[in-house]
Amino acid sequence: MIQAVWNRTKSLFKGVQDLAAFSVAMVVASFRRPHYWRDIYEQTYFAGVGSLPVVLVSSFFAGQALALQFARQLRETGSESVLGTMMAIAVVRALGPDLTGMVVAARLASGYTAEIGSMKSTDQIDALTAFGTDPVSKLAAPRLIGIVVMLPILTFIANTVQFLGGAIMAKFVAHVSLSLYWTQIREKMDYGTVLIGTVKPLTFAFVIAFVACWKGFASSGGTRGVGYATTESVVIASVLILIFDFILTRVIFALLHW
Amino acid sequence: MPSSTGSRALYAGGAASRPPDGDVIVFDRVTYDIGGRTILSDVSFKVEAGTTTIVLGPSGIGKSTILRLTLGLIRPKSGDIFVLGRSMVHAAKDERNELRRRIGMVFQNGALFDSLTVGENVGYSLIEHSRMPIDQIEERVRRMLVLVGLDPAIILDSLPNELSIGMQRRTAIARALASNDPAIMLYDEPTTGLDPVSVEMITDIIVRLRQELHVTSVVVTHEIPHALKVGNRFLFLYDRRVVFDGTAEELASTDVPELLKFLEPFKVSLAQAFHSFSEGMRP
Repeated sequence: MIQAVWNRTKSLFKGVQDLAAFSVAMVVASFRRPHYWRDIYEQTYFAGVGSLPVVLVSSFFAGQALALQFARQLRETGSESVLGTMMAIAVVRALGPDLTGMVVAARLASGYTAEIGSMKSTDQIDALTAFGTDPVSKLAAPRLIGIVVMLPILTFIANTVQFLGGAIMAKFVAHVSLSLYWTQIREKMDYGTVLIGTVKPLTFAFVIAFVACWKGFASSGGTRGVGYATTESVVIASVLILIFDFILTRVIFALLHW
Repeated sequence: MPSSTGSRALYAGGAASRPPDGDVIVFDRVTYDIGGRTILSDVSFKVEAGTTTIVLGPSGIGKSTILRLTLGLIRPKSGDIFVLGRSMVHAAKDERNELRRRIGMVFQNGALFDSLTVGENVGYSLIEHSRMPIDQIEERVRRMLVLVGLDPAIILDSLPNELSIGMQRRTAIARALASNDPAIMLYDEPTTGLDPVSVEMITDIIVRLRQELHVTSVVVTHEIPHALKVGNRFLFLYDRRVVFDGTAEELASTDVPELLKFLEPFKVSLAQAFHSFSEGMRP
């Protein structure tokens, strides 16, 4: 029993160490030549345009659900008029980045790990190396760049769509004037809120790319191994997103003396 | 079969395309471990320029490991590996990649990039690592496909999974050849699982590459008939070591017990091969 726990702990630390080393290699590869522009373009397109439909749909309904909850609670105190302010804080600081991060993690982490893992299990990564191509530069760096560029943009779009969903609830459930709703949102876009709303998706992008590519490169055991790695990749990325969500909120609040 | 001059023209030409002299691969007391298990122990051998060296041995003995060590895909626990006069073990990353570009590797399952077409696979190295205009790359890709007996008009835009196993293997050879004039070709079980016609074609390609382009080859196989047709030097791995290193004639008269036992089922093939040799069919 003790031996099993010890082995599990050792394995966990080894995993963290490997992930850290791989993450550094990915960042270095992203700045080093050669840059595989075609791959960067394809991965950026895949991360951005490919994720857009699912982000739009999930954001629209999540925005409506959130506004509905707020409207019901605010009605009890007769303060429906601050719905816009509540939405601005909740969406930009939390729901927007978190929801987009989770949705994109589910889609891209599984895709990255499965694709790289399959390439590994069929010797394609060794074949790249044999041709003098650094697999991290060719496979991992373009994915990192693609998601780092696109996740903040997707989050901005998701925030806007959530506000639109909220506007429908503001108009028809809370009976709040739309001009008041939008004015409150605009006024609440202060430095701190925008900072949180920008730093979070950027961090989540790094987390998703690091975990997913590392899991793909580290996968073993044929197709079953790739399947396990893909599942673990999505789970780890999702949990890390929530952990970093809390850490970033805490750190930025402390920095801004909020 | 194209003439020697014609085949030479397949390569870019210039100093870089000349086959190297002397020993192109040297294993110097190499030991390789994985997961606490020793695969190779104190292995030393040399591969001379222009030869085709066959690595023989039972399954799981570490034959493919020798190819992976030669390419620097894995690192030995101790010892050194010299490729074209430079240490693959101690070379910096960029230098190692430079060395790799002079080696063509044919993986056991082909390892073709499944998201790229046949044309993109064969031209991969030139597309990524050269400034050759795209029309010249396409011309070279077509020539390489013809060299391995494939019709570019039919398969150039196909995906690898649309090809038979034999065609995939030949595409992999074309891909390895299309890179920057490989001085060394490494083949990992190139004929395993193929039909007799494909085996003959691949055997013929390996022999032609040595005879016409003087490419140094290392072929890992456990198929003796194929080995005897293409090889002029033989290594036999057993119990983590090289227990035999010699020519075909020495192989025929060996008294190494493990090798004799390994060759036992292939007595007829050995006899046929030496009959062909004596009639001057072998180089």
